[in-house]
Amino acid sequence: MRFRNLTLAWTLALTALLAAVVTVSAAVGPVWIPPDAVAKVLLNAVAVPTAVDLTGATVGVTTQPIFGFQVRELQTQIVMRVRLPRVLLGAVVGFSLAAAGTIMQGIFRNPMADPSIIGVSSGAAVGAVGFIVLPVTLPLGLGLRGAAFVGAVLAAFGVYLIATENGRTPVATLLLAGVAVQTFLGAVVSFLLLNAGESIREALFWLMGHLRGASWPEVWSSLALVIVPFLALLAYARDLNVMLLGEEDAQSLGVDVERSKRVLLALSSFVTAAGVAVAGIIGFVGLVVPHVMRLLVGPDHRILLPTSALAGASFLVATDTLARSGATEVPVGIVTAALGAPFFLYLLRQREVHEL
Amino acid sequence: MSDDGHAGDPTPMLDAEDISVSLGDTRILSNVDIAAECGDFVGLVGPNGAGKTTALRALKATLAPDSGTVRIAGDAIDSLSSKEVSRLVASTPQATTLSFDFTVEQAVEMGRTPHLGRFERADSGDREAVRAAMERADVAQFADRAVTSLSGGERQRVLLARALAQETPVLLLDEPTANLDINHAVNTLELVADLVREDKTAVAAIHELNLAARYCDKLVLLADGAVRAAGPPNDVLQSETLADAFDAETLVTRQPGTDAPLVTPLADRESIDRTVHVVGTGGWAAAAVSRLVGAGVTVSVGVVPSGDATAERARELGCETVTVPPFAGVDADSRGRARELAAEADAVVVAGDVSDANQRVVAAARRVVAVEGEGVPATDSSRTVVATVDGLPEAVAMVPASDGDTASRHRVEGQDR
Repeated sequence: MRFRNLTLAWTLALTALLAAVVTVSAAVGPVWIPPDAVAKVLLNAVAVPTAVDLTGATVGVTTQPIFGFQVRELQTQIVMRVRLPRVLLGAVVGFSLAAAGTIMQGIFRNPMADPSIIGVSSGAAVGAVGFIVLPVTLPLGLGLRGAAFVGAVLAAFGVYLIATENGRTPVATLLLAGVAVQTFLGAVVSFLLLNAGESIREALFWLMGHLRGASWPEVWSSLALVIVPFLALLAYARDLNVMLLGEEDAQSLGVDVERSKRVLLALSSFVTAAGVAVAGIIGFVGLVVPHVMRLLVGPDHRILLPTSALAGASFLVATDTLARSGATEVPVGIVTAALGAPFFLYLLRQREVHEL
Repeated sequence: MSDDGHAGDPTPMLDAEDISVSLGDTRILSNVDIAAECGDFVGLVGPNGAGKTTALRALKATLAPDSGTVRIAGDAIDSLSSKEVSRLVASTPQATTLSFDFTVEQAVEMGRTPHLGRFERADSGDREAVRAAMERADVAQFADRAVTSLSGGERQRVLLARALAQETPVLLLDEPTANLDINHAVNTLELVADLVREDKTAVAAIHELNLAARYCDKLVLLADGAVRAAGPPNDVLQSETLADAFDAETLVTRQPGTDAPLVTPLADRESIDRTVHVVGTGGWAAAAVSRLVGAGVTVSVGVVPSGDATAERARELGCETVTVPPFAGVDADSRGRARELAAEADAVVVAGDVSDANQRVVAAARRVVAVEGEGVPATDSSRTVVATVDGLPEAVAMVPASDGDTASRHRVEGQDR
């Protein structure tokens, strides 16, 4: 009971923090909009379905807003059309990276693990840079995001296959295969950049990680891609706890270690790919946030996973706000690394971060 | 196990038949059979690298043998899912890899994993099982402490608690006493013995032969991946078998107060060149005789009633012994012979009960080494030193050797006759 209440309290507190960070972030921009006005806009957007129309070819849902605060139309337009998609996309990406980082650190029982450890980010980079640089059109109408997503999933799957023998995937082999594949894909990206010509700027901007030009469809699609596997990951949190004891122990406690590892790797790679595909390579969120949350809530993944994910969302929204509020916009990947690395080193020196 | 207790139970709880395991090109186990009936405590003993841990891994299905079958309650283990196995077999690993900040309670709770579905939460029954397991393994007082803050021995008890929380009929323990002080080692094995009396089945790899002999119903002696001997401790722990398995000379006697064998390794170091006469009866004197013979001391014994533990031990070890029939009193000849031996010896060791007749034997000694414990005789303190059973060889080595001085012997003979 005590544990459940603790999880609930942390989750609620971090959700409230996220709401506050989102509100403040949406207030910041070339035109300052008071946070209370932003809050009113956000509340006005909350609607409940009142009627469902099943007669037509498609299902029509009539919705009715709950609140009717008076807000200036221009402010509503700025918040809803310009700022909120980007802010929410940042939240989704931060959520996905921190969640995947938590899982990877658990699977590898290694504090240096991050979401891209099995080549997800490198694969996405090859997909995205290839799409930008090469004069090809992809089937199925896949755009830049699609290319990055496919590259990410393929790379992760490739690393998994390389490291698997007789149905067993030792994490040490997986780690080394991941490093090797990352190096190889890095070479591919460098080669592509060498021949990039005009498009090199766009490619570099993608590689640095940014949330520019976010749109509502992107928010909804990436949210859907992240939240479903995330819920499945939560169902595996207890298995992951037991796997921290070592694989042999986990097996004698009834965990099907190879199967759980496969599921966890697949889900967390998918979550990472969904994040990286829309935002490019944003480092350090997936490394630092799980560490900090582990210090605060302990190593139990049933509480660590949701709290890390929510904290990651707040962290990326906050850093993206900084990234776009300067004279010229800086890719958010630079800001997360510039803030995250010194903070991590501080923790390291304090001997707070040494093991899982 | 025929008709008593577990009548009509034809299949052993745990039955490994003809198990062979190779890792890479190395043969780890060859045609090993291990069987444990319900209510058995089976000890796996043998030298380092004998394959004890590998055998346990095969028994809990974390390692699939190349050939042979492992059955639990009649079911082939490879036909069961890991979840099903984990409801039947709990195990404690040898080295503890608990190196992160779970609390003791959280670690023990993990023992409930086999009983919980993916979306199920621990209920009051699970919490009760965790509480009871922590009580029995004596870790309840650490419940809220991080596992990382505990000592090696305490962690080992946490792992035992985790295995108990699993509530399985079979327990596999890999060196459960390796990091424990003697008190906790004995407590742990007593606990396992209690569990076995409650009809659990336990198989433990135990390094310490004498602890294994004392607590296990059956021993399986492994060496070089093969079973060298299996059966009751008294049958398995024989000097010849041990010499073969461990490549070491040992002395096998009886543990004081029980029928369990006592294995004393005979060190390769130089044996102690002294002669000693042991006076006393019962387990203490018997242990003293074993210890001294083990250290290479020439030992004679007497006067003891024939049939006494000390007489038996002395006979087994080929010591010159002066015996009298039980309850017959000590005749003059026997006493004279014992006094002669006592006077010839470099020292007389006094252990256990000393009868009035034997007091006179002690009186003939040049030096006396008294074994700490009951019945230490009040003797002239300048020629008496006190030692523990374990410390006896050192104490005897300190005694000056007699240089063939026969004068005293003659004098004693003259006085006594």
